[in-house]
Amino acid sequence: MSWRCSFLLFAVLLQAQQKPFGFGKPVSAEEARKRDLTVFPDGRGLPPGRGDAKAGAPIYAAKCAECHNDRGEGRENQYPGLVGGIGSLATPKPKKSVGSYWPYATTVWDHIHRAMPFDHPRSLTADEVYAVTAVVLYLNGIVTETQELNEKTLPQVRMPNRDGFIPETRPFQKRKVR
Amino acid sequence: MSVKDEDRRRFLALGAGLLSTTACTTTKPASESGAHMRPHGLRSPHEKVARVIRELTASPGTGSSRTPLQHLYGTITPSDLHYERHHAGVPAIDPLQHELLVHGLVEQPLTFSMAALRRFPSVSRTCFLECSGNVIGDLRGNPPPTVQDSHGLLSCTEWTGVSLRMVLEEARLKPEAKWLIAEGADASRMARSIPVEKALDDALLVYGQNGEALRPEQGYPLRLILPGFEGNMNVKWLDRLLVTDQPAMSVKETANYTELLPSGKAEVLTFVMEARSVITSPSGGQQVLNGFNEITGLAWTGLGKITKVEVSTDNGKTWQVAALQEPILDKSVVRFRLPWEWKGEETIIQSRCTDESGYVQPSRDEFIALRGINAGYHYNGIKCWQVKADGHVVAV
Repeated sequence: MSWRCSFLLFAVLLQAQQKPFGFGKPVSAEEARKRDLTVFPDGRGLPPGRGDAKAGAPIYAAKCAECHNDRGEGRENQYPGLVGGIGSLATPKPKKSVGSYWPYATTVWDHIHRAMPFDHPRSLTADEVYAVTAVVLYLNGIVTETQELNEKTLPQVRMPNRDGFIPETRPFQKRKVR
Repeated sequence: MSVKDEDRRRFLALGAGLLSTTACTTTKPASESGAHMRPHGLRSPHEKVARVIRELTASPGTGSSRTPLQHLYGTITPSDLHYERHHAGVPAIDPLQHELLVHGLVEQPLTFSMAALRRFPSVSRTCFLECSGNVIGDLRGNPPPTVQDSHGLLSCTEWTGVSLRMVLEEARLKPEAKWLIAEGADASRMARSIPVEKALDDALLVYGQNGEALRPEQGYPLRLILPGFEGNMNVKWLDRLLVTDQPAMSVKETANYTELLPSGKAEVLTFVMEARSVITSPSGGQQVLNGFNEITGLAWTGLGKITKVEVSTDNGKTWQVAALQEPILDKSVVRFRLPWEWKGEETIIQSRCTDESGYVQPSRDEFIALRGINAGYHYNGIKCWQVKADGHVVAV
Protein backbone atom coordinates (compact mmCIF):
# COMPACT_ATOMS: atom_id res chain seq x y z
CA MET A 1 0.00 0.00 0.00
CA SER A 2 1.43 3.40 -0.96
CA TRP A 3 1.85 6.09 1.68
CA ARG A 4 -0.80 8.11 -0.12
CA CYS A 5 -3.23 5.22 0.13
CA SER A 6 -2.36 4.66 3.81
CA PHE A 7 -2.88 8.31 4.54
CA LEU A 8 -6.24 8.27 2.84
CA LEU A 9 -7.33 5.20 4.80
CA PHE A 10 -6.15 6.81 8.03
CA ALA A 11 -8.09 9.97 7.23
CA VAL A 12 -11.24 7.98 6.50
CA LEU A 13 -10.90 6.00 9.74
CA LEU A 14 -10.26 9.18 11.70
CA GLN A 15 -13.35 10.76 10.23
CA ALA A 16 -15.43 7.66 10.91
CA GLN A 17 -14.30 7.72 14.52
CA GLN A 18 -14.88 11.40 15.11
CA LYS A 19 -18.18 11.87 13.34
CA PRO A 20 -20.84 11.94 16.05
CA PHE A 21 -24.10 10.09 15.59
CA GLY A 22 -25.91 13.09 17.02
CA PHE A 23 -28.64 11.02 18.70
CA GLY A 24 -28.37 12.88 22.03
CA LYS A 25 -30.30 16.02 22.85
CA PRO A 26 -28.06 18.86 24.10
CA VAL A 27 -28.93 20.23 27.54
CA SER A 28 -27.37 23.18 29.31
CA ALA A 29 -24.99 22.49 32.21
CA GLU A 30 -27.42 24.43 34.41
CA GLU A 31 -30.36 22.23 33.38
CA ALA A 32 -28.27 19.11 34.07
CA ARG A 33 -27.29 20.40 37.52
CA LYS A 34 -30.96 20.53 38.57
CA ARG A 35 -31.08 16.73 38.29
CA ASP A 36 -27.76 16.26 40.09
CA LEU A 37 -28.08 14.71 43.57
CA THR A 38 -24.46 13.66 44.06
CA VAL A 39 -22.57 15.00 47.09
CA PHE A 40 -18.81 14.40 47.22
CA PRO A 41 -16.63 14.01 50.34
CA ASP A 42 -15.18 17.50 49.79
CA GLY A 43 -18.70 18.98 49.97
CA ARG A 44 -19.22 19.54 46.26
CA GLY A 45 -22.90 19.15 45.49
CA LEU A 46 -24.14 20.30 48.91
CA PRO A 47 -26.85 22.98 48.64
CA PRO A 48 -26.93 25.99 50.99
CA GLY A 49 -28.78 25.26 54.23
CA ARG A 50 -28.28 24.58 57.90
CA GLY A 51 -29.52 22.62 60.87
CA ASP A 52 -28.53 21.18 64.22
CA ALA A 53 -29.57 18.15 66.26
CA LYS A 54 -31.95 20.20 68.39
CA ALA A 55 -33.89 21.32 65.30
CA GLY A 56 -33.68 17.81 63.86
CA ALA A 57 -35.06 15.97 66.91
CA PRO A 58 -38.78 16.44 66.12
CA ILE A 59 -38.20 15.56 62.43
CA TYR A 60 -36.30 12.43 63.44
CA ALA A 61 -39.04 11.43 65.88
CA ALA A 62 -41.76 11.90 63.25
CA LYS A 63 -40.04 10.47 60.17
CA CYS A 64 -37.11 8.25 61.16
CA ALA A 65 -37.75 6.65 64.56
CA GLU A 66 -40.36 4.19 63.28
CA CYS A 67 -37.59 2.13 61.67
CA HIS A 68 -34.38 3.39 63.26
CA ASN A 69 -35.76 3.52 66.82
CA ASP A 70 -35.74 6.42 69.27
CA ARG A 71 -31.98 6.78 69.56
CA GLY A 72 -30.77 5.09 66.38
CA GLU A 73 -30.64 1.61 67.93
CA GLY A 74 -32.45 0.10 64.94
CA ARG A 75 -34.97 -2.76 65.22
CA GLU A 76 -33.67 -6.23 65.84
CA ASN A 77 -33.45 -8.46 62.74
CA GLN A 78 -35.03 -5.70 60.70
CA TYR A 79 -33.40 -2.29 60.53
CA PRO A 80 -29.70 -1.97 61.29
CA GLY A 81 -28.69 0.46 63.99
CA LEU A 82 -27.27 3.88 63.18
CA VAL A 83 -25.20 3.99 66.36
CA GLY A 84 -22.73 1.95 68.36
CA GLY A 85 -19.75 -0.27 67.64
CA ILE A 86 -17.10 2.47 67.71
CA GLY A 87 -13.81 0.66 68.36
CA SER A 88 -15.25 -2.78 67.52
CA LEU A 89 -14.01 -3.15 63.93
CA ALA A 90 -10.81 -5.05 64.76
CA THR A 91 -12.58 -7.43 67.16
CA PRO A 92 -14.12 -10.83 66.26
CA LYS A 93 -17.61 -9.25 66.47
CA PRO A 94 -17.38 -5.95 64.62
CA LYS A 95 -20.47 -3.72 64.62
CA LYS A 96 -20.80 -1.48 61.58
CA SER A 97 -22.83 1.69 62.11
CA VAL A 98 -22.75 5.27 60.83
CA GLY A 99 -20.63 6.14 63.85
CA SER A 100 -18.27 3.17 63.82
CA TYR A 101 -17.83 2.59 60.09
CA TRP A 102 -18.88 5.37 57.70
CA PRO A 103 -15.84 7.44 56.62
CA TYR A 104 -17.59 10.64 55.47
CA ALA A 105 -20.35 12.81 56.97
CA THR A 106 -21.22 13.90 53.42
CA THR A 107 -22.35 10.33 52.68
CA VAL A 108 -24.84 10.53 55.57
CA TRP A 109 -26.28 13.74 54.11
CA ASP A 110 -26.34 12.33 50.57
CA HIS A 111 -28.09 9.12 51.61
CA ILE A 112 -30.75 10.83 53.76
CA HIS A 113 -31.33 13.37 51.00
CA ARG A 114 -31.73 10.87 48.14
CA ALA A 115 -33.23 7.81 49.84
CA MET A 116 -34.95 8.75 53.11
CA PRO A 117 -37.53 8.54 54.61
CA PHE A 118 -37.80 5.13 52.95
CA ASP A 119 -41.45 5.54 51.92
CA HIS A 120 -41.14 9.25 50.96
CA PRO A 121 -37.61 9.74 49.62
CA ARG A 122 -36.53 13.25 48.62
CA SER A 123 -39.39 14.83 50.59
CA LEU A 124 -37.13 16.63 53.10
CA THR A 125 -35.92 20.21 52.55
CA ALA A 126 -32.17 20.92 52.56
CA ASP A 127 -32.44 22.43 56.07
CA GLU A 128 -34.27 19.32 57.29
CA VAL A 129 -31.57 17.05 55.82
CA TYR A 130 -28.84 19.06 57.60
CA ALA A 131 -30.85 18.81 60.83
CA VAL A 132 -31.50 15.05 60.59
CA THR A 133 -27.85 14.45 59.63
CA ALA A 134 -26.95 16.38 62.79
CA VAL A 135 -29.23 14.08 64.84
CA VAL A 136 -27.53 10.94 63.51
CA LEU A 137 -24.08 12.39 64.21
CA TYR A 138 -25.20 13.66 67.65
CA LEU A 139 -26.54 10.22 68.64
CA ASN A 140 -23.06 8.91 67.81
CA GLY A 141 -21.35 11.56 69.91
CA ILE A 142 -19.68 13.11 66.85
CA VAL A 143 -21.29 16.59 67.07
CA THR A 144 -22.93 18.49 69.93
CA GLU A 145 -26.67 19.06 70.14
CA THR A 146 -26.42 22.67 68.99
CA GLN A 147 -23.51 22.38 66.55
CA GLU A 148 -24.69 23.84 63.25
CA LEU A 149 -24.13 21.81 60.11
CA ASN A 150 -24.17 23.61 56.78
CA GLU A 151 -22.57 23.26 53.36
CA LYS A 152 -19.25 24.56 54.75
CA THR A 153 -19.08 22.76 58.12
CA LEU A 154 -20.48 19.34 57.17
CA PRO A 155 -17.46 18.27 55.02
CA GLN A 156 -15.19 19.28 57.92
CA VAL A 157 -16.81 16.84 60.37
CA ARG A 158 -14.27 14.11 61.04
CA MET A 159 -15.85 10.67 61.30
CA PRO A 160 -14.26 8.20 63.79
CA ASN A 161 -13.43 5.69 61.02
CA ARG A 162 -12.17 8.29 58.52
CA ASP A 163 -8.83 6.49 58.17
CA GLY A 164 -10.31 2.98 58.29
CA PHE A 165 -10.37 2.36 54.55
CA ILE A 166 -7.56 1.15 52.35
CA PRO A 167 -7.41 0.78 48.58
CA GLU A 168 -7.25 -2.58 46.87
CA THR A 169 -3.97 -1.98 45.10
CA ARG A 170 -3.39 -5.30 43.32
CA PRO A 171 -6.62 -7.16 44.00
CA PHE A 172 -5.89 -10.24 41.96
CA GLN A 173 -2.32 -10.91 42.97
CA LYS A 174 -2.96 -10.39 46.64
CA ARG A 175 -5.55 -13.14 46.86
CA LYS A 176 -3.56 -15.50 44.68
CA VAL A 177 -2.78 -18.37 46.99
CA ARG A 178 -1.21 -20.96 44.73
CA MET B 1 -19.66 -59.35 24.49
CA SER B 2 -18.00 -56.95 22.05
CA VAL B 3 -19.02 -53.32 21.68
CA LYS B 4 -20.41 -54.15 18.27
CA ASP B 5 -22.62 -56.90 19.68
CA GLU B 6 -23.84 -54.55 22.40
CA ASP B 7 -24.76 -51.91 19.81
CA ARG B 8 -26.55 -54.49 17.67
CA ARG B 9 -28.51 -55.75 20.64
CA ARG B 10 -29.56 -52.16 21.53
CA PHE B 11 -30.58 -51.53 17.94
CA LEU B 12 -32.77 -54.64 17.90
CA ALA B 13 -34.34 -53.71 21.21
CA LEU B 14 -35.07 -50.20 19.90
CA GLY B 15 -36.68 -51.69 16.80
CA ALA B 16 -38.86 -53.96 18.89
CA GLY B 17 -39.86 -50.99 20.99
CA LEU B 18 -40.87 -48.98 17.96
CA LEU B 19 -42.90 -51.90 16.60
CA SER B 20 -44.73 -52.41 19.84
CA THR B 21 -45.55 -48.64 20.07
CA THR B 22 -46.94 -48.65 16.53
CA ALA B 23 -49.00 -51.70 17.24
CA CYS B 24 -50.40 -50.31 20.48
CA THR B 25 -53.71 -48.49 19.97
CA THR B 26 -54.60 -47.80 23.58
CA THR B 27 -52.21 -44.76 23.85
CA LYS B 28 -53.93 -41.51 22.83
CA PRO B 29 -52.35 -39.97 19.71
CA ALA B 30 -51.04 -36.50 20.57
CA SER B 31 -53.14 -34.80 17.89
CA GLU B 32 -56.40 -35.55 19.69
CA SER B 33 -55.48 -34.17 23.09
CA GLY B 34 -53.08 -31.27 22.39
CA ALA B 35 -53.63 -27.90 24.00
CA HIS B 36 -54.25 -24.70 22.04
CA MET B 37 -51.41 -22.34 21.23
CA ARG B 38 -51.02 -19.30 23.45
CA PRO B 39 -49.28 -15.92 23.04
CA HIS B 40 -46.80 -16.62 25.83
CA GLY B 41 -45.39 -20.04 26.58
CA LEU B 42 -45.57 -21.44 30.09
CA ARG B 43 -43.49 -24.09 31.80
CA SER B 44 -44.86 -27.58 32.07
CA PRO B 45 -46.96 -27.88 35.23
CA HIS B 46 -44.57 -30.67 36.21
CA GLU B 47 -41.69 -28.18 36.53
CA LYS B 48 -41.52 -26.33 39.84
CA VAL B 49 -38.47 -24.07 39.38
CA ALA B 50 -38.74 -20.80 41.30
CA ARG B 51 -36.63 -18.13 42.91
CA VAL B 52 -36.31 -18.10 46.69
CA ILE B 53 -37.14 -14.65 48.06
CA ARG B 54 -35.64 -13.11 51.18
CA GLU B 55 -36.70 -9.62 52.30
CA LEU B 56 -34.14 -8.00 54.58
CA THR B 57 -36.47 -5.52 56.27
CA ALA B 58 -40.20 -5.09 56.74
CA SER B 59 -40.10 -2.47 53.97
CA PRO B 60 -40.93 -4.06 50.62
CA GLY B 61 -38.30 -4.70 47.96
CA THR B 62 -35.23 -4.46 50.15
CA GLY B 63 -33.94 -7.99 49.80
CA SER B 64 -32.90 -10.55 47.28
CA SER B 65 -34.18 -13.51 45.33
CA ARG B 66 -31.99 -16.43 44.32
CA THR B 67 -31.66 -18.40 41.09
CA PRO B 68 -32.43 -22.17 41.36
CA LEU B 69 -29.01 -23.23 39.99
CA GLN B 70 -29.60 -26.91 40.87
CA HIS B 71 -32.59 -27.10 38.50
CA LEU B 72 -31.08 -25.34 35.45
CA TYR B 73 -29.24 -26.77 32.42
CA GLY B 74 -26.45 -25.21 30.35
CA THR B 75 -25.30 -21.71 31.29
CA ILE B 76 -28.03 -19.17 30.41
CA THR B 77 -30.38 -18.13 33.21
CA PRO B 78 -34.02 -17.88 32.07
CA SER B 79 -34.96 -14.19 32.43
CA ASP B 80 -37.74 -14.84 34.93
CA LEU B 81 -35.31 -16.75 37.17
CA HIS B 82 -32.49 -14.18 37.17
CA TYR B 83 -31.45 -13.35 40.71
CA GLU B 84 -32.52 -10.01 42.21
CA ARG B 85 -31.04 -7.68 44.78
CA HIS B 86 -32.96 -4.46 45.26
CA HIS B 87 -32.58 -1.67 47.80
CA ALA B 88 -35.95 0.07 47.41
CA GLY B 89 -38.17 -2.14 45.29
CA VAL B 90 -38.75 -2.41 41.54
CA PRO B 91 -39.92 0.85 39.93
CA ALA B 92 -42.57 0.90 37.19
CA ILE B 93 -41.04 2.92 34.35
CA ASP B 94 -42.65 4.06 31.10
CA PRO B 95 -39.87 3.76 28.49
CA LEU B 96 -41.28 6.73 26.58
CA GLN B 97 -40.68 8.92 29.64
CA HIS B 98 -37.25 7.46 30.43
CA GLU B 99 -34.10 9.28 29.39
CA LEU B 100 -30.41 9.01 30.20
CA LEU B 101 -28.59 12.21 31.21
CA VAL B 102 -24.82 12.34 30.57
CA HIS B 103 -23.23 15.40 32.20
CA GLY B 104 -20.35 16.70 34.31
CA LEU B 105 -16.84 16.68 32.82
CA VAL B 106 -18.04 16.53 29.20
CA GLU B 107 -17.87 19.06 26.37
CA GLN B 108 -21.63 18.78 25.74
CA PRO B 109 -24.15 17.48 28.30
CA LEU B 110 -26.72 15.31 26.52
CA THR B 111 -29.90 13.40 27.18
CA PHE B 112 -30.78 10.22 25.30
CA SER B 113 -34.28 8.86 24.91
CA MET B 114 -34.66 5.07 24.72
CA ALA B 115 -35.43 5.46 21.00
CA ALA B 116 -32.16 7.36 20.58
CA LEU B 117 -30.16 4.69 22.42
CA ARG B 118 -31.65 1.97 20.23
CA ARG B 119 -30.54 3.87 17.09
CA PHE B 120 -26.84 3.30 17.94
CA PRO B 121 -25.08 0.26 16.46
CA SER B 122 -26.06 -2.57 18.82
CA VAL B 123 -24.00 -5.30 20.40
CA SER B 124 -24.82 -8.55 22.23
CA ARG B 125 -22.61 -10.34 24.71
CA THR B 126 -23.04 -13.06 27.27
CA CYS B 127 -21.65 -12.52 30.75
CA PHE B 128 -22.32 -13.48 34.33
CA LEU B 129 -23.74 -11.16 36.96
CA GLU B 130 -23.16 -11.94 40.60
CA CYS B 131 -23.85 -10.12 43.85
CA SER B 132 -20.54 -9.73 45.70
CA GLY B 133 -22.38 -10.81 48.85
CA ASN B 134 -23.05 -14.25 47.32
CA VAL B 135 -22.00 -17.32 49.37
CA ILE B 136 -21.48 -15.23 52.50
CA GLY B 137 -23.17 -17.84 54.72
CA ASP B 138 -20.38 -20.27 53.84
CA LEU B 139 -17.71 -17.72 54.78
CA ARG B 140 -19.35 -17.23 58.17
CA GLY B 141 -19.50 -20.98 58.76
CA ASN B 142 -23.26 -21.33 58.23
CA PRO B 143 -23.59 -23.03 54.84
CA PRO B 144 -27.28 -23.09 53.87
CA PRO B 145 -28.88 -26.37 52.69
CA THR B 146 -28.98 -25.95 48.89
CA VAL B 147 -26.83 -24.42 46.14
CA GLN B 148 -29.69 -22.02 45.43
CA ASP B 149 -29.46 -20.73 49.00
CA SER B 150 -25.66 -20.54 48.99
CA HIS B 151 -24.76 -19.53 45.40
CA GLY B 152 -28.09 -18.32 43.94
CA LEU B 153 -27.05 -14.66 43.65
CA LEU B 154 -25.43 -15.65 40.34
CA SER B 155 -27.00 -15.55 36.89
CA CYS B 156 -25.80 -15.55 33.28
CA THR B 157 -27.44 -13.67 30.42
CA GLU B 158 -27.05 -12.62 26.82
CA TRP B 159 -27.37 -8.84 27.08
CA THR B 160 -28.03 -6.53 24.12
CA GLY B 161 -27.44 -2.79 24.00
CA VAL B 162 -24.94 -0.14 23.00
CA SER B 163 -21.28 0.31 23.89
CA LEU B 164 -21.03 2.88 26.71
CA ARG B 165 -17.86 4.19 25.09
CA MET B 166 -19.82 5.06 21.95
CA VAL B 167 -22.39 7.03 23.95
CA LEU B 168 -19.70 8.84 25.98
CA GLU B 169 -17.93 9.84 22.76
CA GLU B 170 -21.08 11.73 21.76
CA ALA B 171 -20.76 13.95 24.87
CA ARG B 172 -16.91 14.06 24.54
CA LEU B 173 -15.16 13.43 27.87
CA LYS B 174 -12.86 16.15 29.16
CA PRO B 175 -9.24 15.05 29.87
CA GLU B 176 -9.73 15.27 33.65
CA ALA B 177 -12.62 12.74 33.55
CA LYS B 178 -11.69 9.82 35.83
CA TRP B 179 -14.98 8.46 37.23
CA LEU B 180 -18.62 8.08 36.26
CA ILE B 181 -21.33 8.24 38.90
CA ALA B 182 -24.07 5.90 37.64
CA GLU B 183 -27.50 6.53 39.18
CA GLY B 184 -30.72 4.56 38.88
CA ALA B 185 -34.37 5.63 38.92
CA ASP B 186 -35.39 3.38 41.82
CA ALA B 187 -36.94 5.01 44.89
CA SER B 188 -33.54 5.23 46.61
CA ARG B 189 -31.80 6.55 43.47
CA MET B 190 -28.99 4.08 44.09
CA ALA B 191 -25.64 5.27 42.76
CA ARG B 192 -22.18 3.77 42.25
CA SER B 193 -18.85 5.20 41.07
CA ILE B 194 -17.36 3.54 37.98
CA PRO B 195 -13.72 4.00 36.88
CA VAL B 196 -13.60 5.66 33.48
CA GLU B 197 -11.18 2.96 32.22
CA LYS B 198 -13.92 0.33 32.67
CA ALA B 199 -16.53 2.61 31.10
CA LEU B 200 -14.35 2.97 27.99
CA ASP B 201 -13.39 -0.72 27.91
CA ASP B 202 -16.25 -3.24 27.74
CA ALA B 203 -19.13 -1.51 29.54
CA LEU B 204 -22.57 -1.66 27.93
CA LEU B 205 -25.87 0.18 28.24
CA VAL B 206 -28.33 -2.66 27.75
CA TYR B 207 -32.02 -2.80 26.89
CA GLY B 208 -32.15 -6.48 25.88
CA GLN B 209 -32.03 -9.64 28.00
CA ASN B 210 -31.98 -13.10 26.39
CA GLY B 211 -33.59 -11.96 23.17
CA GLU B 212 -36.30 -9.66 24.54
CA ALA B 213 -36.55 -6.38 26.45
CA LEU B 214 -35.05 -6.29 29.95
CA ARG B 215 -37.33 -7.54 32.71
CA PRO B 216 -38.43 -4.76 35.13
CA GLU B 217 -36.51 -6.50 37.94
CA GLN B 218 -33.36 -6.31 35.81
CA GLY B 219 -33.57 -2.58 35.20
CA TYR B 220 -36.16 -1.99 32.47
CA PRO B 221 -35.75 -0.06 30.31
CA LEU B 222 -31.98 0.56 30.71
CA ARG B 223 -29.21 -1.07 32.71
CA LEU B 224 -25.47 -0.57 33.01
CA ILE B 225 -23.51 -3.79 32.46
CA LEU B 226 -19.88 -3.95 33.60
CA PRO B 227 -18.69 -7.48 32.69
CA GLY B 228 -16.82 -9.12 35.57
CA PHE B 229 -17.55 -6.36 38.13
CA GLU B 230 -19.65 -6.92 41.26
CA GLY B 231 -23.40 -6.99 40.64
CA ASN B 232 -24.27 -3.84 42.57
CA MET B 233 -22.25 -1.64 40.17
CA ASN B 234 -24.38 -2.81 37.23
CA VAL B 235 -26.90 -0.07 38.00
CA LYS B 236 -30.51 -0.88 37.08
CA TRP B 237 -33.10 1.65 35.77
CA LEU B 238 -30.11 3.81 34.78
CA ASP B 239 -31.03 7.43 34.04
CA ARG B 240 -27.96 9.52 34.94
CA LEU B 241 -24.23 9.36 34.35
CA LEU B 242 -22.24 12.12 36.04
CA VAL B 243 -18.66 12.35 34.75
CA THR B 244 -16.27 13.45 37.51
CA ASP B 245 -12.66 13.46 38.69
CA GLN B 246 -13.31 11.46 41.91
CA PRO B 247 -15.61 8.75 43.30
CA ALA B 248 -18.73 9.91 45.15
CA MET B 249 -18.17 7.55 48.11
CA SER B 250 -21.89 6.81 48.07
CA VAL B 251 -23.55 4.70 50.76
CA LYS B 252 -23.20 1.56 48.61
CA GLU B 253 -19.43 2.02 48.26
CA THR B 254 -18.67 2.91 51.89
CA ALA B 255 -21.27 1.54 54.35
CA ASN B 256 -21.84 -1.51 52.09
CA TYR B 257 -19.75 -3.38 49.50
CA THR B 258 -16.50 -2.69 51.38
CA GLU B 259 -14.48 -5.57 52.82
CA LEU B 260 -13.63 -5.48 56.52
CA LEU B 261 -10.37 -7.28 57.29
CA PRO B 262 -9.22 -8.73 60.65
CA SER B 263 -7.00 -5.65 61.16
CA GLY B 264 -10.15 -3.51 61.41
CA LYS B 265 -9.28 -1.77 58.13
CA ALA B 266 -11.66 -2.21 55.21
CA GLU B 267 -10.84 -2.41 51.52
CA VAL B 268 -12.85 0.07 49.50
CA LEU B 269 -13.69 0.28 45.77
CA THR B 270 -13.16 -3.45 45.20
CA PHE B 271 -14.78 -4.26 41.91
CA VAL B 272 -13.65 -7.46 40.14
CA MET B 273 -15.31 -10.79 40.93
CA GLU B 274 -12.57 -13.37 41.21
CA ALA B 275 -12.76 -17.00 40.01
CA ARG B 276 -15.39 -19.27 41.55
CA SER B 277 -16.89 -22.65 40.84
CA VAL B 278 -19.56 -24.81 42.42
CA ILE B 279 -20.99 -28.28 41.84
CA THR B 280 -24.72 -27.86 41.15
CA SER B 281 -25.45 -31.58 40.78
CA PRO B 282 -25.27 -33.56 42.95
CA SER B 283 -25.68 -30.75 45.50
CA GLY B 284 -27.36 -30.09 48.83
CA GLY B 285 -30.76 -31.78 49.19
CA GLN B 286 -30.21 -34.11 46.21
CA GLN B 287 -29.69 -37.86 46.13
CA VAL B 288 -26.73 -39.76 44.63
CA LEU B 289 -27.56 -43.19 43.19
CA ASN B 290 -25.39 -46.28 43.13
CA GLY B 291 -23.37 -46.55 39.94
CA PHE B 292 -23.00 -43.81 37.34
CA ASN B 293 -23.61 -40.17 38.34
CA GLU B 294 -22.63 -37.13 36.30
CA ILE B 295 -21.04 -34.44 38.43
CA THR B 296 -21.79 -31.06 36.87
CA GLY B 297 -21.50 -27.46 37.90
CA LEU B 298 -20.59 -23.91 36.97
CA ALA B 299 -17.36 -21.90 36.95
CA TRP B 300 -16.85 -18.19 36.24
CA THR B 301 -14.34 -15.38 36.66
CA GLY B 302 -14.30 -11.61 36.25
CA LEU B 303 -10.70 -11.88 35.06
CA GLY B 304 -11.37 -13.36 31.63
CA LYS B 305 -11.90 -17.00 30.76
CA ILE B 306 -11.95 -20.13 32.87
CA THR B 307 -9.12 -22.41 31.76
CA LYS B 308 -9.51 -25.40 34.08
CA VAL B 309 -11.92 -26.96 36.55
CA GLU B 310 -10.80 -29.79 38.80
CA VAL B 311 -13.12 -32.02 40.79
CA SER B 312 -12.34 -34.13 43.84
CA THR B 313 -14.64 -36.95 44.91
CA ASP B 314 -12.46 -38.19 47.78
CA ASN B 315 -12.42 -35.29 50.23
CA GLY B 316 -9.62 -33.45 48.42
CA LYS B 317 -7.08 -36.31 48.31
CA THR B 318 -7.04 -36.46 44.50
CA TRP B 319 -8.32 -34.10 41.79
CA GLN B 320 -9.51 -34.90 38.27
CA VAL B 321 -9.80 -32.44 35.38
CA ALA B 322 -13.43 -31.92 34.38
CA ALA B 323 -14.64 -31.44 30.80
CA LEU B 324 -15.60 -27.82 29.96
CA GLN B 325 -18.59 -27.19 27.70
CA GLU B 326 -17.75 -25.00 24.69
CA PRO B 327 -17.96 -22.13 24.01
CA ILE B 328 -15.87 -20.80 26.90
CA LEU B 329 -16.66 -17.09 26.93
CA ASP B 330 -14.90 -14.11 28.51
CA LYS B 331 -16.35 -13.16 31.94
CA SER B 332 -19.12 -15.67 31.48
CA VAL B 333 -20.29 -18.89 33.09
CA VAL B 334 -18.89 -22.21 31.87
CA ARG B 335 -20.43 -25.59 32.62
CA PHE B 336 -18.15 -28.43 33.68
CA ARG B 337 -18.84 -32.15 33.82
CA LEU B 338 -17.18 -35.25 35.22
CA PRO B 339 -18.48 -38.83 35.09
CA TRP B 340 -18.46 -40.51 38.51
CA GLU B 341 -19.09 -44.03 39.72
CA TRP B 342 -20.48 -44.01 43.28
CA LYS B 343 -20.09 -47.21 45.27
CA GLY B 344 -21.92 -46.21 48.42
CA GLU B 345 -19.02 -44.63 50.30
CA GLU B 346 -19.51 -41.55 52.47
CA THR B 347 -17.36 -38.77 50.95
CA ILE B 348 -16.97 -35.09 50.14
CA ILE B 349 -17.13 -33.75 46.59
CA GLN B 350 -15.82 -30.31 45.59
CA SER B 351 -14.61 -28.29 42.60
CA ARG B 352 -11.92 -25.66 42.09
CA CYS B 353 -11.25 -23.54 39.02
CA THR B 354 -8.34 -21.70 37.43
CA ASP B 355 -8.68 -18.69 35.12
CA GLU B 356 -6.50 -17.35 32.33
CA SER B 357 -4.79 -14.89 34.69
CA GLY B 358 -3.43 -17.93 36.54
CA TYR B 359 -5.65 -17.32 39.57
CA VAL B 360 -6.73 -20.51 41.37
CA GLN B 361 -9.88 -20.59 43.48
CA PRO B 362 -8.79 -20.83 47.14
CA SER B 363 -10.11 -23.18 49.80
CA ARG B 364 -12.23 -21.64 52.57
CA ASP B 365 -9.31 -21.95 55.00
CA GLU B 366 -6.94 -20.25 52.57
CA PHE B 367 -9.43 -17.42 52.03
CA ILE B 368 -9.96 -16.91 55.76
CA ALA B 369 -6.21 -16.87 56.40
CA LEU B 370 -6.00 -13.85 54.09
CA ARG B 371 -9.32 -12.10 54.64
CA GLY B 372 -10.90 -13.29 57.91
CA ILE B 373 -14.60 -14.12 58.23
CA ASN B 374 -16.04 -10.58 58.37
CA ALA B 375 -15.11 -9.37 54.87
CA GLY B 376 -18.80 -9.66 53.97
CA TYR B 377 -18.21 -9.57 50.22
CA HIS B 378 -16.17 -11.27 47.46
CA TYR B 379 -15.92 -14.65 49.20
CA ASN B 380 -14.92 -17.24 46.59
CA GLY B 381 -13.81 -20.29 48.58
CA ILE B 382 -14.15 -23.87 47.33
CA LYS B 383 -17.61 -25.32 48.02
CA CYS B 384 -17.82 -28.78 49.62
CA TRP B 385 -20.83 -31.15 49.53
CA GLN B 386 -20.96 -34.20 51.76
CA VAL B 387 -22.40 -37.41 50.30
CA LYS B 388 -23.87 -39.52 53.11
CA ALA B 389 -23.76 -43.32 53.06
CA ASP B 390 -27.44 -43.36 52.00
CA GLY B 391 -26.62 -41.11 49.05
CA HIS B 392 -28.15 -37.98 50.54
CA VAL B 393 -26.14 -34.81 49.83
CA VAL B 394 -25.72 -32.10 52.48
CA ALA B 395 -23.91 -28.76 52.66
CA VAL B 396 -20.84 -28.70 54.89
